[in-house]
Amino acid sequence: MTFNGNHLLGLEGMSRDEIEYLLDSADSFREISEREIKKVPTLRGKTVVGLFFESSTRTRTSFEIAAKRLSADFVSISGSTSSVSKGETLLDTARNVAAMRPDCLVMRHPRSGAPHFLARHVGCPVVNAGDGSHEHPTQALLDLLTIRGVRGRIAGLEVAIVGDVLHSRVTRSNVHALRTMGARVRLVGPPTLLPSALAEWGDIHHDLASGVRGVDVVMMLRLQRERQGANFLPTLDEYSRYFCLTREMLELAKPNAIVLHPGPINRGVEISSEVADGQASMILEQVANGVAVRMAILYLLAGRGRASVEQRQAV
Amino acid sequence: MSEGGAILFAGGTLIDPANDRHGAYDVLVEEGLVAAVGAPGSIGADAQRIDATGCWVVPGLIDMHVHLREPGYEYKETVATGTQSAVAGGFTAVACMANTKPVNDSAAVTEYILDRARESALARVHPIGAVSVGLAGRELAEIGEMYEAGVVAVSDDGMPIADGALMRRALEYTQLFGIPVIVHEEDPQLAGDGVMHEGRVCLHLGLKGMPSAAEEAMVARDLALLAQTGGKLHLAHLSTAGSIRLLRDARERGLPVTAEVTPHHFILTDEAVREYDTNAKMKPPLREQSDAEALVSALREGLIDVIATDHAPHHRDEKEIEFDLAAFGIVGLETALPLTLRLVRDHGLDPVTLVRAMSVNPARILGLDAGSLAVGRVADITLVDPDYVWTVQLEELRSKSKNSPFGGWEMRGAARTTMVGGRIVWSRGEQG
Ligand SMILES: [Zn+2]
Repeated sequence: MTFNGNHLLGLEGMSRDEIEYLLDSADSFREISEREIKKVPTLRGKTVVGLFFESSTRTRTSFEIAAKRLSADFVSISGSTSSVSKGETLLDTARNVAAMRPDCLVMRHPRSGAPHFLARHVGCPVVNAGDGSHEHPTQALLDLLTIRGVRGRIAGLEVAIVGDVLHSRVTRSNVHALRTMGARVRLVGPPTLLPSALAEWGDIHHDLASGVRGVDVVMMLRLQRERQGANFLPTLDEYSRYFCLTREMLELAKPNAIVLHPGPINRGVEISSEVADGQASMILEQVANGVAVRMAILYLLAGRGRASVEQRQAV
Repeated sequence: MSEGGAILFAGGTLIDPANDRHGAYDVLVEEGLVAAVGAPGSIGADAQRIDATGCWVVPGLIDMHVHLREPGYEYKETVATGTQSAVAGGFTAVACMANTKPVNDSAAVTEYILDRARESALARVHPIGAVSVGLAGRELAEIGEMYEAGVVAVSDDGMPIADGALMRRALEYTQLFGIPVIVHEEDPQLAGDGVMHEGRVCLHLGLKGMPSAAEEAMVARDLALLAQTGGKLHLAHLSTAGSIRLLRDARERGLPVTAEVTPHHFILTDEAVREYDTNAKMKPPLREQSDAEALVSALREGLIDVIATDHAPHHRDEKEIEFDLAAFGIVGLETALPLTLRLVRDHGLDPVTLVRAMSVNPARILGLDAGSLAVGRVADITLVDPDYVWTVQLEELRSKSKNSPFGGWEMRGAARTTMVGGRIVWSRGEQG
């Protein structure tokens, strides 16, 4: 099995074999990061361009490290240095960047579907590094890699995803991938952030205790502070009273349950410090796996992109 | 284009519900009027003969909901290009919404539009005036002045009338002139900054939704007002099964309400948004299969009076952007007839009902001298070829804008000839 996509826009619709293949590839790249010289020449001469229309130090850094460990050149255009704010459209940006002949584009964008738009207008692979409330495929892959690394499997596990499900791109990618891989998903949150129509994705729980009882994995979502003003919840304090993952709550899960969080965490809002820093927390493991997943994706997509300058000259 | 002379539509099927005629008739047009209607071969006249074999001869189609964009947005559409698009789609008349720049909230703008129509329009143009000054939803516009200048209805379309008290006054005040208030039903807070129907697809795509309740709550409010005030209420582009239930209830109570639906709402569903296609973005949004089915059955039984396009041209630059940022609306004049003919072929819509919904009823609602092919009436005639097969090529649309989700669709049915006041303004050759 291989991964045949031209882009990585989302995990919805991806097959079990494909996801397995991506995870296996990521596993093999994990080892490189353990070496003293953390660099291989695999993508030498390739250019990866990051288009970050939304600030995201973590994701951008993770992609940059991944690209550099593969010896690719990584250029990042961020919201402030790009011409986006000067009235240039995404189409203009796409055409301009494409004219620089990158081997792969990595895009983070606040609008759902923006990477799909980009992919239609450039001739190189596009990696979605998070689009609006839609998908964040590399995040879900690193979550799955983390779960598989600790538990040895994904199939048959019970996973609770807790928090602002409605607005979460992390949830969407994880739901598709976890279900495809045979996990059982529970969605936990207040009805304002967890519409009942999402029952087709997993069992709906509006009560945190029932939501985490007996699960193998608790995946906490970051609560955006803006939700408070928009009446999705009265105050962050009241939210945390019902949905903060505390040690007592975590004790309701399986004894060896693990806790994931995509970061950055809001201590005391959705997760207590005790849990975030505790033994069950896989937060730092997730970060390490993030680099491996992104190396695998860049390797698979940029590696087969258009030929590098050296290669073309050599012919 | 032919001028003046007598024309005989021969060998076709006449569908003229206003005069209870449906069958084989020849129709003679002289000096801009219907001169004779008779059995096939019975009309002997020195006339140019149009072979209507296999076609329907119907009173000219009327689209009571279009955006011609002139004045102010001529880069999207003009009276000239919009009416070229209209006649190519079989429409002999259109009613144009007031959300131009400046807004059509005064007699001066109404007159300007009518002047532009006299100079450049291929179809008849009936302006619709604004309900409120500047479409701002605060003070009533000078509806009387606009009525004198020629508006056939008032509407703040594009904007909902959020203020219930203003809506009430509009329903009351328009009774001075007997013209309808056409409403775009959308609760602005409930719709929020939604960009598509709130349902499964929207949850999948991570886009912000507009719930069905945003439309239904306003339909319910306006029907409650109507029961109290009287007047004429016309519900534009209904899109949900819930709105249909409210309409049915209002009709059973005898309220003076009429309603329209667009072809895109009965043909497409929110699934069309899947690939973030900005040409599937409009207000009201494309809903679900059950909604589309409710619209079709309401059309079939005549509960919905009118099919209108909500023809909303937008420039490429307003559509080739992120879905969230793209303009709402699509062009519809050239695809409405074949899309409706799908209902005739596949969903049991009676051709007579089609003609009522696309000609007789809009004429009645707007008080136009149209929708009838009785002898002596104005010869606005559409010759419909229900079997003409063609493919929608966006670049070939007559509209200045190409924002249609139907590009590449194979269509069956088209206007073969469109006649306005006895003059042929459109004819489609065998090759299209
Ligand atoms: Zn409207």
